[in-house]
Amino acid sequence: MHEPLHWLILFLPLLAAMVITLFLQRYPRCSAALSVGAVLASFLLSVGVLAEFLDGRAPDIALTWLQVGSLQIQFGLHFDALSALMLLVVTGVGSVIHIYSVGYMRGDPHYARFFAEMSLFTFSMLGIVVSNNFFQMFVFWELVGLSSYLLIGFWYQRPSAADAAKKAFLTNRLGDVGFLIGIVLAWAVTGTLSFAGMKDQLLRDPTLFNTTATVVGLLIFCGAVGKSAQFPLHVWLPDAMEGPTPVSALIHAATMVAAGVYMLCRVFFIFTHHDLLVIAWIGGITALLSALIAVQQDDIKRILAYSTLSQLGYMVMAVGFSAPPAAMFHLTTHAFFKALLFLGAGSVIHALSQEQNIWQMGRLRSKMPLTYWTFLAGTLALCGLWPLSGAFSKDAILAAAWEHNKALFALGELVAFLTTFYMFRLFFVVFLGKPKSDLVGHAHESPRIMTYPLVFLAAASVVGGFMGITQFITPQFSPASARLPIFAPLEPFETSPVAALLGLAAIAIGFVAAYVYYAGAESDPLPGKMKEVCNVLRHKFYFDEFYAGLVDVCQDKPARAINLCDIGLKLLVRLTHGTAEWTGRVLRLVQTGNLQTYTLLLAAGAALVLYFMLTR
Amino acid sequence: MLAWTIYISFLGAALLMFLPGENPRPAKVAALLAALAGLACAAKGAIECHLHAGAGALTDVANANWIPELGIRYHLAADGISLVLVLLTGIAAVAGVLFSWNVENRSREFFALYLALIGGVYGVFLSVDLFLLFVFYEVAIIPKYFLIVIWGSTRREYGAMKLALYSFVGSAMVLVGLIAAYVMAGARTFDLAALAKVHFAPAFQNWAFIVVFVGFAILAGLWPFHTWAPTGHVAAPTAASMLLAGVVMKLGAYGALRVAMTLFPVGLHTWQNTIAVLAVVGIVYGALVALVQQDFKFVIGYSSVSHMGFVLLGLMTLTQIGLSGAVLQMFSHGIIAGLLFAVVGRMVYDRTHTRDLAVLQPKNLNQVLPFAAVTFVVGGAASMGLPGFSGFIAELQVLVGAWQTFPVFAVMAAVGILAGVAYTLRVLLKAFFAEGQVEAREPLHCPRISLPERAGALLLLGTTLLIGLCPQLLLDFITPSLNSPLMQPLWKAGTR
Repeated sequence: MHEPLHWLILFLPLLAAMVITLFLQRYPRCSAALSVGAVLASFLLSVGVLAEFLDGRAPDIALTWLQVGSLQIQFGLHFDALSALMLLVVTGVGSVIHIYSVGYMRGDPHYARFFAEMSLFTFSMLGIVVSNNFFQMFVFWELVGLSSYLLIGFWYQRPSAADAAKKAFLTNRLGDVGFLIGIVLAWAVTGTLSFAGMKDQLLRDPTLFNTTATVVGLLIFCGAVGKSAQFPLHVWLPDAMEGPTPVSALIHAATMVAAGVYMLCRVFFIFTHHDLLVIAWIGGITALLSALIAVQQDDIKRILAYSTLSQLGYMVMAVGFSAPPAAMFHLTTHAFFKALLFLGAGSVIHALSQEQNIWQMGRLRSKMPLTYWTFLAGTLALCGLWPLSGAFSKDAILAAAWEHNKALFALGELVAFLTTFYMFRLFFVVFLGKPKSDLVGHAHESPRIMTYPLVFLAAASVVGGFMGITQFITPQFSPASARLPIFAPLEPFETSPVAALLGLAAIAIGFVAAYVYYAGAESDPLPGKMKEVCNVLRHKFYFDEFYAGLVDVCQDKPARAINLCDIGLKLLVRLTHGTAEWTGRVLRLVQTGNLQTYTLLLAAGAALVLYFMLTR
Repeated sequence: MLAWTIYISFLGAALLMFLPGENPRPAKVAALLAALAGLACAAKGAIECHLHAGAGALTDVANANWIPELGIRYHLAADGISLVLVLLTGIAAVAGVLFSWNVENRSREFFALYLALIGGVYGVFLSVDLFLLFVFYEVAIIPKYFLIVIWGSTRREYGAMKLALYSFVGSAMVLVGLIAAYVMAGARTFDLAALAKVHFAPAFQNWAFIVVFVGFAILAGLWPFHTWAPTGHVAAPTAASMLLAGVVMKLGAYGALRVAMTLFPVGLHTWQNTIAVLAVVGIVYGALVALVQQDFKFVIGYSSVSHMGFVLLGLMTLTQIGLSGAVLQMFSHGIIAGLLFAVVGRMVYDRTHTRDLAVLQPKNLNQVLPFAAVTFVVGGAASMGLPGFSGFIAELQVLVGAWQTFPVFAVMAAVGILAGVAYTLRVLLKAFFAEGQVEAREPLHCPRISLPERAGALLLLGTTLLIGLCPQLLLDFITPSLNSPLMQPLWKAGTR
């Protein structure tokens, strides 16, 4: 391909966003077509890049954007296995979700704005993917945050949506401050911002960062903690479900939240083994906490959101086990099946006039067969049932855990059990059992423009394990590894039988438990049995309450105190002004206009002067 | 060519005074033409200087004897730093006139004073004879007072008087320092380049630096001498608050850099840490105070204190990147603050007659004034330092520079940026996107956003976006100037 075509991958969606914003606000159909067209074209061009890469001809393009003193900043396109894979995920899953949105958002008064913002998001996300340096990545990192803010707050008339958008943006910025400081620190030591340059220097001199090595790694990890919603900054993601469902699918499940994981893989060379230990545990804690919370949520999108958190925890944990290929593999398969589950949920919500509470649903199987079957495929893939895609990617992570850290391995298996449990809780309550409200009676299958994407994603979720993703990505991280065969259905059982078999057992137990409690249940039986535990889970371990208190203590109270301080300062200024005025008024009394008084004062003055001179 | 920026502004002011009749239209048009001509001269002069000099040294614009007995000359010259600020003044002047299109009350006098102020500002940025610089500095203060006291709102007498007193105290300090330097140098000259070559005694530098620096920095909103700024901004009419935040605060920062830091590098070294602390306090303090304000304009006023803290912090880093960030931040804040004040003062206040966020909240302004809402969203994004806008690249440079000199302050300033996001989002949601209770919503009929307002907003937005995407445009002016002979003593002082 010619060089301009590579730039088009990135800039076509931006172009679409600009054209829609400036000219097509009143033409919803045109704007949808343009937005979908742009992302599809990007996808096709990405396939071209993949072909080039496999031929070993992928170009590295870089322009100098800024030069101040010793700071040189590039703007470039970097293509390797990692970015090629991510490009395909973002544009591929993105295309499917764009098409689905055409149906889902139909009739919304701000249809054009929706597609403009989706295109802006695609542009920003692709910018992160092709970055060849920290600075460019940070720029697009922020742009992604901005487009996520806009899309979460798409229905800004709802106070909850506006608040959620603000919360997401602020939480992300909090992580980004750490990220930015980490970048500056890394630049200060190495004198370069480019990934390749930094990697070369570290290869030549592994002790380059000296004592700051761990700190640099952790600060950079802060960025991923914010963007990929890891503990303790995970609180924004569930609230972000206030956005339209396709947004949740694309941004808050398949791509943007995975950007943190992608970044960790991209700069994997920078982390020390201390960093990796922290990363693994943060991932593990996130996975467990959110899986537990998911067990007691009632909003269909929130359950999926907590499930996303938990799966992101898996990916981050994999990076912590020095297994970026496993992380990227799970990122890809997760993009397929989580996008599928969200779009399936969207189809249900659409059919039930925007109802999201699972206890208002039931027996949708007969009403929406296509949604039912595809949702089942997504659920099984997420649980990791062999031979669906999730099984392979999750086993890769659990196998790495088995090698590195037995405690985290046990935690991972526990999460696998919880995942099956909450997903089948959701599945039984929504699709089987009795209808729990009148809404179900009016439900009907969604239009084809929404169901075809479901079918497509279901197919990807089923066969995702056989696409050769690990085989494609592994050489980048361990060039010496043996070439793996592409089609190896039994591979998990051969390489790490313990992990694979225990994983299957966890799924079986989770399924049985969910069946016992929730098959045919009218309401949730768990709160009756374990009141306290459920209460804590329903309140999400009280994180929101805790943070609200923290913000009050660290921000609102100081802000008010400092404001008082400022008022004090202003009073002080008035005091000087008052003193001057008062002195003036007093001195005015001296000026009487009476000649005798002046003479008297003059004489008194002269007497004083004489007195001082003579007594000397 | 550059000198004409000054002459056109003063000529325009004088002409306006003699314009017959009460009709405001000719006055507006004349003011706009004068501002545009000033901008054109600034741009042309900047391009010429850039092509001919290139290396960033001072290029003479005009040089003549003025008061030979005292060695005072009428000496104008420009280098990259002053050119950037002259361009800023030109853009801010045009935008200010566009946002004053609705001034009907005594508009001749309004625009005459406005142009006189602009002329003074151009003069300060172009003077290299320090006496001349001081004269222009004073010239700029006086119209300011009248603009606020006659056309202002909320407690205008108090705000105007406070501003004038603070300015005069500052200039008194500057004058003391300048005369002391004149006497100590004994060369019978006020020429900046000549005085910069003099090695003043360290003990003298220590007190002279802080007197002159603080004298100037009062006008740059140095904490704790900042309280004139929010009060003055709130009292001022829209165009005046735009100029106040846009260029007048830059006069202070420019003077601090050009005079105090260049003449007294040893003193600078002594006071470097102290002033950096004040700058960081200003950044965090301004942002936190902005977070709890109920008056829309106070929020922007305090945010200016916070953003100017970045300029002062950048100056104190004494690194190339920090200083270049400081100059860029002067430009960037001038544009962005001008834009935000325009939205608050002209688009919102002139239509709703309130700036109380609690009153604005139920008005659902984003439906009533969509253009104002979009402008504020984009301006707010620029203000909170999102990539793609000039503020990001400026504040990033300051942070990087600060990291090299004082890492702890860099982290604290970064926290200030975070608070900046918080107050911007808060005010954005409250003023424009709050949930309007449909039944409680008052029917709000206000005039549409007019053409001059749109033009002004687009001018400012376009500028911040252009510089955000191609910062090299300005950095090509700034960087060579930082390496010019004039700045050499500064770097020697800063080597650590």
